[in-house]
Amino acid sequence: MSNTTTETELPPASDDAEAERLSTAPVESDGPTGIGVFGWLRWMWRQLTSMRVALILLFLLSLAAIPGSLIPQNGQNQFKVETWKAQHTTVAPIYQKLQLFDVYSSIWFSAIYILLFVSLAGCIVPRTWQFVGVLRAQPPAAPRNLTRMPVYAAWRTGADADTVSAAAHRLLRKRRFRANLAGGAVAAEKGYLREVGNLLFHLSLFALLGGFGWASLASGTGGKLMVEGDGYSNTITQLDDFTGSSFYTSDDLDPFFLKLKGFTAKFQDKGDQIGAARQFTANVEYYAGDDASKLRQGTIEVNHPLDIGGSKVYLIGHGYAPVITVRNSNGDVVYTGATPFLPQDANLTSTGVVKVSDYGMGPKGTKTQLGFSGFFLPTAPVSFEGTGPVSLFPGDAAPELVLNAFEGDLGTDSGLPQNIYQLNTRKMTQLTQDEQPAKARLKPGQGWTLPDGYGSVTFEGYKQWASFNVSHRPGNEIALTGAVLAILGLIGSLFVQRRRIWVRAVALPEGGTLVELAGLARSESAKIAEELAELAVDLQDDAPAADDESDTGDAGTEDPPTDDPEADGDPEAPEAPADPAAPADQNSKE
Amino acid sequence: MQLASGVDPQLADLSNKLIYSAMAVYTIAMFAHMFEWTFGSKGAVAVRSKEQSGSLAETVAAAEAKGTKKVTVTVARAGGGTTTLTRTALAGAGATVVTSGRGEDEVDGPGAAGSSEKADLAGRIAVSLTVLAALLHVGGVIARGLSVSRWPWGNMYEFSCAFALAMTAAYLVLLAAKKNVRWLGLPVTVAVLLTLGIATTVLYTDSEQLVPALHSYWLAIHVSTAIFCGGAFYAAFIATLLYLFQDSYHRRVEAGAYEYLKPGAARAAGRQQSDFRTGLARVRVSVCNRLPAASTLDKLSYRINALVFPLWTFTIIAGAIWAEAAWGKYWEWDPKETWSFITWVAYACYLHARATAGWKGRKAAYLALAAFACWLFNYYGVNIFVTGKHSYAGI
Ligand code: HEM
Repeated sequence: MSNTTTETELPPASDDAEAERLSTAPVESDGPTGIGVFGWLRWMWRQLTSMRVALILLFLLSLAAIPGSLIPQNGQNQFKVETWKAQHTTVAPIYQKLQLFDVYSSIWFSAIYILLFVSLAGCIVPRTWQFVGVLRAQPPAAPRNLTRMPVYAAWRTGADADTVSAAAHRLLRKRRFRANLAGGAVAAEKGYLREVGNLLFHLSLFALLGGFGWASLASGTGGKLMVEGDGYSNTITQLDDFTGSSFYTSDDLDPFFLKLKGFTAKFQDKGDQIGAARQFTANVEYYAGDDASKLRQGTIEVNHPLDIGGSKVYLIGHGYAPVITVRNSNGDVVYTGATPFLPQDANLTSTGVVKVSDYGMGPKGTKTQLGFSGFFLPTAPVSFEGTGPVSLFPGDAAPELVLNAFEGDLGTDSGLPQNIYQLNTRKMTQLTQDEQPAKARLKPGQGWTLPDGYGSVTFEGYKQWASFNVSHRPGNEIALTGAVLAILGLIGSLFVQRRRIWVRAVALPEGGTLVELAGLARSESAKIAEELAELAVDLQDDAPAADDESDTGDAGTEDPPTDDPEADGDPEAPEAPADPAAPADQNSKE
Repeated sequence: MQLASGVDPQLADLSNKLIYSAMAVYTIAMFAHMFEWTFGSKGAVAVRSKEQSGSLAETVAAAEAKGTKKVTVTVARAGGGTTTLTRTALAGAGATVVTSGRGEDEVDGPGAAGSSEKADLAGRIAVSLTVLAALLHVGGVIARGLSVSRWPWGNMYEFSCAFALAMTAAYLVLLAAKKNVRWLGLPVTVAVLLTLGIATTVLYTDSEQLVPALHSYWLAIHVSTAIFCGGAFYAAFIATLLYLFQDSYHRRVEAGAYEYLKPGAARAAGRQQSDFRTGLARVRVSVCNRLPAASTLDKLSYRINALVFPLWTFTIIAGAIWAEAAWGKYWEWDPKETWSFITWVAYACYLHARATAGWKGRKAAYLALAAFACWLFNYYGVNIFVTGKHSYAGI
C-alpha cells in the first residue's frame, strides 16, 4: 500500500508511517527486488500473497463457480448429465474435456481455490506474527505533526504540561485504551479485537476447508430400499449400493440393524396444490452393533434423520410395492411377495417388473420362466382412454395394478448382474389373447387367469416401501466449528474499530501549555471524531481552556462558533484549532 | 405437525385482501413522494446553508449561555476538505454534538422536500401512508401464516411478501430513529411495489401446508435471516446507485457541464441543447442538490453491506446445517447453494477491495452492484430458470 501524499507535503518520516498503519495487511510491492532467481521467486511469492492477487483470486472463484450451476453436474444427477449429453452431441465432448460436468472437482476450479488458500496462508501467518509483535510493543509514539491526522483538536491552557499528560493518560485508560505516557505525549490504541477477529476469520476458513477435505476423504454413503416389514444389517452384501472413499471402505461400514415397520404418507387432497406431499414418516426398529437385545423404536422423516452408531439414515424416497402371488399351470404357488414399483411422476404412477424365475414346467412341457411388467396406480382413472395408465393422485384412493405377461428366458441364470426394475425381453415372448397383447387391470384381491394355460396371478394387496440413504460423514464438527468461528471473527473484524489517539501537551515559550489531541481510525467510521471530542471535553476538567482567542487558521471563516463575537467574553470559550492545515489525504492511513 | 387439511380459507382470503390493500396504499404513498420531489424542486440550495448554520449557531449560543465546556474537532474528509465537529457539554444536560460542513461538495442535501412547505406536507403524508401500508402488509403476512399455522415463508410468493415487508420495516425503523432518510421514501416504495407486484402476479400460490422437506425449524431461522439480508442488500443497492448518480453529477459540475443553467449564464450555450435535455438537466441538478452527499451515500451503502455480510454468512451456514439434516450432505453445489456462495464471495471481494486494496469510490461501487446482481439472480433467476433441490411448492 503506497502512501499517497499531495505534492505540497513531505512524505511522513518512517516512525510516522508506522504510527499511521492500522492494519497488518501486507504492504504492496511494485517490482522484483534483488536479483536472480531468488529475487524473482521472492517477488512472485510477494505477488501471490498480495491483496491485489487475493482479490483477483476471489473474483475468479466466484466466476468459476457459475458454470456448475447452469450445466448438470455428475456429482448431483448423473442421469441429467447423460440426458444433456445426448441432447448436445456437438459440444458435449468439449465440455467433457473442460471438465464442465465436474466443475467443483475440476483441475481449474481446484487450482483457483488452492492458490487462494496458499495466498491466504502466506498472508495470514506473517500477519499473525506481526500482530503478536504489536501486542507486545507499546502503541506507536505520536507523530511529530499531529495536525496531519484526520481528526485533531487543540487549545491553550494554564495547567502545566505534565498534569495534562497525566490526566490524559488516566482518561484514556479509563476509556479502556492501551495507553503509554512517554516523552511528554500519550500514545493510546484500542480495538485490537478487530485484528484478532480478522485473523480468526481467515484462519477458520482453513478449518472449513479441512472439514470439507476430511469429509471427502473419509465418508461413504449407501442406499437401501425396504418394503414395510423388511429389515437389514448394514453390510455391503445387504446394501443396494455403496460409495466409499479412501478411509471408509465397505469393510468399515458401521454395524447396525434397521427394520422398516411401517410407512405413513399424507398428501394434500384439495385446492391448488392437490397431490403435494404433506407428511412422510417411516416407523423403524433398530439396534447399533450386533446386540439385538438393544432393539429400539424410532421414526425417520425428511429433515429428521436417525443416528445409528456413527451413521445417519435419511429418508429419501417412497413408493408402493404390490403383493402378488403367481401360480403355475399345476396351480402350485411359484411366486409370492411384495415387489417395489418405482414412481414415475408426482402422482406416483409407478412402474415395475415381477420376475418368476422358478416357474418350472410350462404348459408346453418345457422348462420356462415368466415375467410381468406393469403399472401400479394408487388412484386409477375410470378409463385409460387417451391418457394411458396414469395415476390421478399420489394417495391410495383407488389402487389398481396393470400387468403385461411374458414367457421365456429371463436371463437371470446367465450370472450377469441384472437390473431388478427392468425386464430383459430379448428372449421372451409376450402372452397374447385374441391376437392382442394380454393385459389385465386388477383391483386388490382380484385374480387374472393367464392365457394359454400359464396359470394365474393374484393381486393380493400392496405395501409401501421407503428408500434410505445411509451416510457416514466425519468432519462435520470441524467444519461447523470453523463456520461458527468465522462468523465470530467477522463480527469482530467488521464491527470493531481499531483506533489511535495521541495527546501531547507542550509548554509554550510565552507561557501556558498547548494541548493537542489527534486521532486516527479506519476512514469508514466517523466515531473517532466524537470520541476525541468527548475525551477533549473530559480533559478540560484538568486543562481548562485559556480564555484568549488565537485564531490563526482559516477555520473561522465559515465556522460560526469561532466567529461568534460573544465567545470572547466567555471564560470557557472554545479554541479554534491551532493549525488546521490541510490534513493528509485519509487514504494514506491504510 | 399440521396435516393436509389444515388451511383456513377465510384467513387466507383475508391475507390476500390485506396484501392488495397494502399495495394500493403504497401506491398512493409513492405518488405523495413524487409530489414531494416535484414541489421541492425550487430553491433547495440557498435554504440549505442558512438552515444549517442557523441551527449550529443556536446550539452553540445555548451552550454558551449556560457557560459550558466546548471543543471543536477538525475532521479531514476523504475528498481533501475538512469539516468541524463541535461538542459542548451542557452542565447537567448531557452532551450535544454539532457537525458543520465545509467544502460545498460534501454537504448533504436537505432531502426531497427542499424548502417547500407544500412538498414537506406531501412527504409527511407519504410517510403516514407508508406506515398505514406497512400495517396492512404486516396483517397480510400474519394472516397468511395463521391460515396454515406455520411461518409465512414457504414459497416464493410468501417469501417476496415478507421480503418487501422487511424493506419497509428497515426504512421505517431508520425514520423512527430520527435518521435523515425520508429521501429514501420514493426508491423504497417503488422497490416494495415492484416486489409485491411480481409476487402477486408471477409468483402467486394459494395458501397451503408445506411439503415435508420444509418441515423444519430451520425454515424459521434460515429463511428469515435470508429475507432480512435480502431487504438490507436491496437498501444498500439503492444507496450505491444513488452514490454513483450523485458522484457523476459532481464530476459533471466540476467539468462545468451545468454552467449554462445558472441564471446569469449566457443563453447561447443553453440554446445548443434541446429544451428537453435542458429540462432533464434541471431535474438532475435539483434532485442531486437535495440528495445526501456522495460520500454519505457511499458510507451508507458500505455500512449496510458490512453489517449484513456476517448475517449472510450465517444464513449460508444455517442453510448448510439444514441441508445436512435434510439431504445428508451439508454442501452439494445445488444451484441455490452455488449462487449463495457466489454472492458471498462477491461481497467478500467488495469488502476486501474497500478494506485493503484501496479500491474506493466508483470501482468498489461497481463491485457492490455486481454482488447485488448475483443476489438478485440467486433469488429470481435460480428459482425460476434453474431446477435444483430448492424447487418446492410450485415456484
Ligand atoms: C479465502 C477467501 C477469503 C475471504 C472469503 C476473505 C474475506 C475477507 C473479509 C470478509 C474481510 C473483512 C473486510 C473488512 O475487515 O472490512 C477480509 C479482510 C482481509 N483479508 Fe481476506 N478473505 C479471503 C482471503 C484473503 C487472502 C488470500 C488474503 C491475503 C492475501 C486476505 C487478506 C485480508 C486482509 C489483510 C484483510 C483485512 C485488512 C484489514 O482490514 O486490516 N484475505 N477478508
